Amino acid sequence: MSAVIDSHSDDHHHGPAKGITRWLYTTNHKDIGTLYLWFSFLMLFLGGAMAMVIRAELFEPGSQIVSPEFYNQMLTNHGLIMVFGAVMPAFVGLANWIIPMQIGAPDMALPRMNNLSFWILPVAFGILISTFFMEGGGPNFGWTFYAPLSTTYAPPTVTFFIFAVHIMGASSIMGSINIITTILNMRAPGMTFMKMPLFTWTWLITAYLLIAVMPVLAGAVTMMLMDIHFGTSFFNAAGGGDPVLFQHVFWFFGHPEVYIMILPAFGIVSHIIETFSRKPIFGYTSMVYAIASIAILSFIVWAHHMFTVGMPIAGELFFMYTTMLIAIPTGVKVFNWLSTMFKGSISFETPMLFSIAFVALFTIGGLSGLMLAIAPADFQYHDTYFVVAHFHYVLVPGAIFGIIAGVYYWLPKWTGNMYDEVLGKTHFWMSFISVNITFFPMHFVGLAGMPRRIPDYALQFADFNMVISIGAFIFGLTQLLFLFIILKSIFAGKQATSEVWEGAKGLEWTVASPAPYHTFETPPEVK
Amino acid sequence: MSDQSSYFVPASSRLPIWMAFGLMLFVLGAGYTINDLDKPDSNSYWILIAAFAVIFSVFFFWFGEVIKENDKGMYSDQLNRSFVMGMQWFIFSEVMFFFAFFLALGYVRIFAVPWLGGEGEKAITNMLWPGFEATWPVMQTPDQSLFQGPKENMNFPGFANVGHWLPFWNTLCLVTSSGTITIAEHALKKGNRTTFKFWMVMTLILGFTFVYLQGLEYYEAYDHMGLTLGAGIYGTTFFLLTGFHGFHVCLGAIILTIMTIRGFRGAFTKDDHFGLAAGSWYWHFVDVVWILLVLVVYVF
Repeated sequence: MSAVIDSHSDDHHHGPAKGITRWLYTTNHKDIGTLYLWFSFLMLFLGGAMAMVIRAELFEPGSQIVSPEFYNQMLTNHGLIMVFGAVMPAFVGLANWIIPMQIGAPDMALPRMNNLSFWILPVAFGILISTFFMEGGGPNFGWTFYAPLSTTYAPPTVTFFIFAVHIMGASSIMGSINIITTILNMRAPGMTFMKMPLFTWTWLITAYLLIAVMPVLAGAVTMMLMDIHFGTSFFNAAGGGDPVLFQHVFWFFGHPEVYIMILPAFGIVSHIIETFSRKPIFGYTSMVYAIASIAILSFIVWAHHMFTVGMPIAGELFFMYTTMLIAIPTGVKVFNWLSTMFKGSISFETPMLFSIAFVALFTIGGLSGLMLAIAPADFQYHDTYFVVAHFHYVLVPGAIFGIIAGVYYWLPKWTGNMYDEVLGKTHFWMSFISVNITFFPMHFVGLAGMPRRIPDYALQFADFNMVISIGAFIFGLTQLLFLFIILKSIFAGKQATSEVWEGAKGLEWTVASPAPYHTFETPPEVK
Repeated sequence: MSDQSSYFVPASSRLPIWMAFGLMLFVLGAGYTINDLDKPDSNSYWILIAAFAVIFSVFFFWFGEVIKENDKGMYSDQLNRSFVMGMQWFIFSEVMFFFAFFLALGYVRIFAVPWLGGEGEKAITNMLWPGFEATWPVMQTPDQSLFQGPKENMNFPGFANVGHWLPFWNTLCLVTSSGTITIAEHALKKGNRTTFKFWMVMTLILGFTFVYLQGLEYYEAYDHMGLTLGAGIYGTTFFLLTGFHGFHVCLGAIILTIMTIRGFRGAFTKDDHFGLAAGSWYWHFVDVVWILLVLVVYVF
């Protein structure tokens, strides 16, 4: 088996086309990966800017710089943009770049659909952001858009929000079908399932989760659309429906969604820890089974997001126990990472620093998750800053540190140049310190009773909130350094070797740096 | 068909970006049209029409390109497997879309409505509308002034009256059509093109009869039974479940129409007819959904 690269006269022999049309018309997995990654970076800064507005408003008690209405729009879109615009596309970008190279495939399985699934993302977010300039303002009902806030009391622009979510879902589903088909159908001869690199494994399962739950989200927003414009009563008890139904449908999507945002990071971190510990990953098989268990369990835990909404006691107990079960496979993974590092000859390059921070800080987020899983205790924590601290710990030093670690790890393979290690370490330490200054105090104000999603708060929370805001500003500014490091590595830097890292294992390290436009036209033999 | 020896990676293509443009028009058009429903002088539906024009044109050229490439023998077995898997996962995503609506129906019937009627663990919600009695179908909504309940419902009328019950004929059409398309496929695989074409036409007749009867049923519901989208939760779940199913039947019927036309024009061979096979899987999928739907929406 080899690949036939269809090259018309314009892009003769394996080079990319010139100019803007290269990016608009491309079917190359590396080009599309690059597009996804830059798009997600742009969204990271946009969502980050909204977070800065939020923290500026909360710098002191009282109304500071924005109106409560605008504050609600900021926090809603911060969440939506970070989840659907920054984290998910970043992982899809990494998948596009890395998976074909890791499994020895010439490209993604369905290259034209790959282009489509990227280019509808700017459409969706362009429309979402344009609602800010329409009558009634942007979405203001929180990223979870609970009915009736998002139906009866929503601004008229909610219609555009609904269709934007449909398009995001279509993008995710097409992207996932592509990834899953690539992994199942295009592995190099000899690469059996249990020889597959862990990043590919995590994405196989993530793609399955995405195909299973994105249509459910589409169903939820469709029900909203019908309730708002066509007189149905899904979420209206006056007609016999139930607003709580929305929460059930939403979190049936939403809980697998949070694993969608962390599983690929598990894969990235596994590669980085084994490379820089110079040991093969400890417990590869158990890693695979742990990922699969997490994915299966994610379908039967959703209602732990809504313990306080008024469920029968049997429901509370069921969802409490299943949620706690997730700690077992997650614990397996954390211990495997630690065991991989144990007695390894570790070196601390930037990707490794981010990965070690990932293991430590993600575990903090996981443990606060266990606290929240205890239904009777959750009545105290629910909708406080404790929850905000919890999910930011798993998403910022969890998912985003995982992405950043992956970018540093594979950047020399993309650009052909090493990044600036001193600047990289500076970026790491500034991020590591400021992320903790930002999110750790949120646990305290949360336990003390500060509610989430408010533009003002009681005076006793003032000092902590000022600390949080300062940490957030430092964290936000630090990411500009990340942008600079990436740009510097594109244009200059020490030439990287094919292997890039001493002891890096995997097919992607057998091709030149920067990776040629087409790789593995003839698949390698995997022993 | 070529052997395992090559995987075809297409050159850069203008089709996807046009599709993205079409979808952008669709979102803008649909959004403005729906927001302007109460403004009779609004002309935003033109954007929607333009969107459909773009999307259908792209589909036409995209599938045309794929067929041309296949005819040139550029697709290996491995690439065809990618198409097969792609279609299977797409159908799985459709299954999950329907799952959301079945989930909603189940939640409403098992929990929400009984609680509102004062039964079960959360019976305290009955205090909202103390007179409300839980029945299914919900003929009297909790607040009749906001959601006027239906006068009649579509439930199974008993075996004595089954001949007057449209869903019975609908089930007959759809289940039979699943059989006829299987006969057509088998005939094609045996190389018997006349039989293939005949049973494809039969499938289409049955499919479009289903769509017609479904339309008739909606007309009855709105005109005689007071059963509308606004008739409370029964009308809501009834129309959304049967409506999305009907929409998918229409899509399937369009796909099969195109496949039949292609069949008449001499497309497909004994062992290379993926377009038809994919359409047939989709048709079986809408059939299975319908059977589930008859059980939980109409009968039980």
